[in-house]
Amino acid sequence: MSKNNNKQNTDRQASLLKACTRHRLFIPIAFLAFLLLINVFINPGFLSISLGKDSGGNPVLIGNLINIINNATELVILAIGMTLVTASSRGQDISVGATVAIVGGVIMRVLCGSETQPTQLHASIIVALLLGCLAGVACGAFNGILVSKFNIQPMVATLILFTAGRSIGSMAMGGLKPKAPSSFGYYGNFFPGFPIPTPIIITIIVVAITYLILKKTNLGLYTKAVGINDKSSSLNGLNPTLIKFLTFVILGLCVGIAGFVQASRVQTVNPYTIVPSIEMDVILAVALGGNSLGGGKFNMVGSIIGAYTIQTLTSMLTTLNVNTNAVPVFKAVIIIVLVAIQTPIVKSFFSNKVKISKLTASDGKERV
Amino acid sequence: MNGGLIIITIQDTVLTTRGIYKSFTGVKALQNVDFTLREGEIHALMGENGAGKSTLIKVLTGVYTKDAGEINIKGNDKPVTIKSPQEAQKFGISTVYQEITLCPNLTVAENLFIGRTNDLLVNWKKNNNRAATILKGLGIPASPTQQLSNCSLAVQQMVAIARAVDMDCKVLILDEPTSSLDENEVAKLFTLMRDLRDRGVGIVFVTHFLDQVYELCDKITVLRNGELVGEYQVKELPKVELVAKMMGKELGDLADLHNKALTDSDDAKEAVIEAEGLSSTSGIKPFNFTAHKGEVTGFAGLLGSGRSECVRAIFGADKVVKGKLKIKGENVTVTSPIKAMKKGVGYLSEDRKRDGIIGDLSVSDNIILALQVMKGFFRPFTKAQAQAFADEYISLLGIKTASADTPISSLSGGNQQKVILARWLLTHPEYLILDEPTRGIDIGTKVEIQKLVLKLASEGMSITFISSEIEEMLRTCSRLIVMRDLHVVGELKGDEMTQDKIMYTIAGGVSQNV
Repeated sequence: MSKNNNKQNTDRQASLLKACTRHRLFIPIAFLAFLLLINVFINPGFLSISLGKDSGGNPVLIGNLINIINNATELVILAIGMTLVTASSRGQDISVGATVAIVGGVIMRVLCGSETQPTQLHASIIVALLLGCLAGVACGAFNGILVSKFNIQPMVATLILFTAGRSIGSMAMGGLKPKAPSSFGYYGNFFPGFPIPTPIIITIIVVAITYLILKKTNLGLYTKAVGINDKSSSLNGLNPTLIKFLTFVILGLCVGIAGFVQASRVQTVNPYTIVPSIEMDVILAVALGGNSLGGGKFNMVGSIIGAYTIQTLTSMLTTLNVNTNAVPVFKAVIIIVLVAIQTPIVKSFFSNKVKISKLTASDGKERV
Repeated sequence: MNGGLIIITIQDTVLTTRGIYKSFTGVKALQNVDFTLREGEIHALMGENGAGKSTLIKVLTGVYTKDAGEINIKGNDKPVTIKSPQEAQKFGISTVYQEITLCPNLTVAENLFIGRTNDLLVNWKKNNNRAATILKGLGIPASPTQQLSNCSLAVQQMVAIARAVDMDCKVLILDEPTSSLDENEVAKLFTLMRDLRDRGVGIVFVTHFLDQVYELCDKITVLRNGELVGEYQVKELPKVELVAKMMGKELGDLADLHNKALTDSDDAKEAVIEAEGLSSTSGIKPFNFTAHKGEVTGFAGLLGSGRSECVRAIFGADKVVKGKLKIKGENVTVTSPIKAMKKGVGYLSEDRKRDGIIGDLSVSDNIILALQVMKGFFRPFTKAQAQAFADEYISLLGIKTASADTPISSLSGGNQQKVILARWLLTHPEYLILDEPTRGIDIGTKVEIQKLVLKLASEGMSITFISSEIEEMLRTCSRLIVMRDLHVVGELKGDEMTQDKIMYTIAGGVSQNV
């Protein structure tokens, strides 16, 4: 009896393990865990979080993990929008970095007017946030019209703002580089007296809203349906043009929020260097989450995990004192491996191996 | 097989094929096909879906290599093997496809000569002059320096033909050249084709317009299911016999089955759909159509006769340009499918793979999709509701799937079709259009779907059923709208509904005067 029970237990464990490894999020989560483990290996104190004091004497949380989560904010928010755009339009928006520069420029202009060192804000921060989001939405709508109405390839359509965006951001500030008063910095750093970095709170809010939207509306189903088969979708009463447009507008809104956080971090914006090549990191986050860049089905949780993975990787390479110029090469190598092991060819290769090893194992048992 | 006595004189035969076989994984596309083309004739190649027309053309033009058989071309002592389209051109076989394969951004002259000169240096002045001569000789109204995209579709077709003719083609294959042309353009094209025939070119003409065959052609070869049915002189083959041969029926075949119970007088019943002079951007001629409660109506006709286009206009899938539509007596303008759906119309589309399934989505998402879209963006079904709907219809229709979460693309064709059927049944339509619901699915599922259609109608649903299989239409429909060449040419009901009558109507019916 006990033997039988044992066998059942091991069987159950085996099938549970199998279900886990089969899960779509297995590889993204496993890789993030693996990266964290390496970090712990390099620096045993990696996971520790402590309460310290900043230069102003306010309590703040300190720790590598906190830094990673904090710094990943823009990436996570943009990855959420990019996931939807990828799913519906079967392509990517490469202009997100440049449009963040536009949003940053608009926010600085609203807050500082045409002064370079204002002592007081020219407008309330909520107005700056709303106008920043409006600028982001306008960029998203522009891209969205080109893609959905004029059927231009997403990468080609967004190449326009990719090229022009950073200059537009500079023009928005009237060619100046103003620095906003430090009270604007609370949103990209800490509110005095509150130890958790504000960007982390903003991330939590954005992720929660995304969760609610995906649960309470049909955005997910419609986006998937249009991305998989837009002809069929339109015969089922959907309007593929509108849905594709909508996903670009949502990404625009994400750009607005990300630009706001980014501008607040140092209270100044250099449109030509702000979030350099973030568009590639965002697209990679989507891919790392196990999403096909060819559109269709998507997994939002996967993209968010992907964004944190990229941030962990970036910070790890910095800790290891890898030359900043060489960081992209390391990233590229690791990402190639990661994306390759998620392709169907490699997956089926491994699952065959597992089957064969199992067969031989059971053979062995029987013989004994 | 009894195609009359044909005397073959070797001299004027330009192309013959004997015993051509070609199969693709598991599908026999051509079996023992003979085809003979003589100089100076226009030869129609006819057949329904899957008959093997395009396969034969692709074998002749070197796109496919034949599995077995012989191809003889005038001027070659031995049978030839055509390995590529370039080789086909060397043998004098040129093809003009339905979609123009020229370069629209080049001029007419450039299109005539591109890829044909070996010289590195091109004398365009000389070429333009030569082009002018060719165009004038064939009576094509275009100037050599005109950009091709500025010419009408018919002229573009003609330029493609001119290019072929100038390459000394002996055999000219025209694959559905008239399907996107209007009547005037067709007339111009026919003048050119007759002219070429008189010069001794052998022309293979593939079309699904019966009237054009009888207006223009000398001979007809009919294929069906990859096999040769026969070769006929146009003059000796009445239109109705051609229809019968294409459908694979004999005239006078008495095996007509149909549901007499449904042929009661249905005029008394309430009309669900009333279309008056409806036409759409798809090119169908204005048609009248009424569907009553509890009635199964059908659109009969050959491939490309406009069956799907009629129902797509009712559903708002194509843009309606003319006419009135009443749903349950109420005047409506359906500009998009969602409007028709909200009025209680459902449409199972003809091409399941392209227009029906959402491949990577689960069976349950595929089932709820249409109802969900009708319910609205902000009111999604919960997972439990979706599961319940899916379970209900999976057991009701006997859909074989591992679970409701399985992607629909992994199901068999018949089961995929049942899922799409479930999608529309779930919306509880008052008028359901089933466009080729049984194409490419197993015989068991076919019968199940036919039975289901009759059951739904007896419960009061109005259904339009379209199928290429005439028996199936007779078994399920109580009234048939007959179509030819984008016109409605007749309406049959009760005892008139026989295979013979349908075929006679397709061949000779007079178009609706709308």
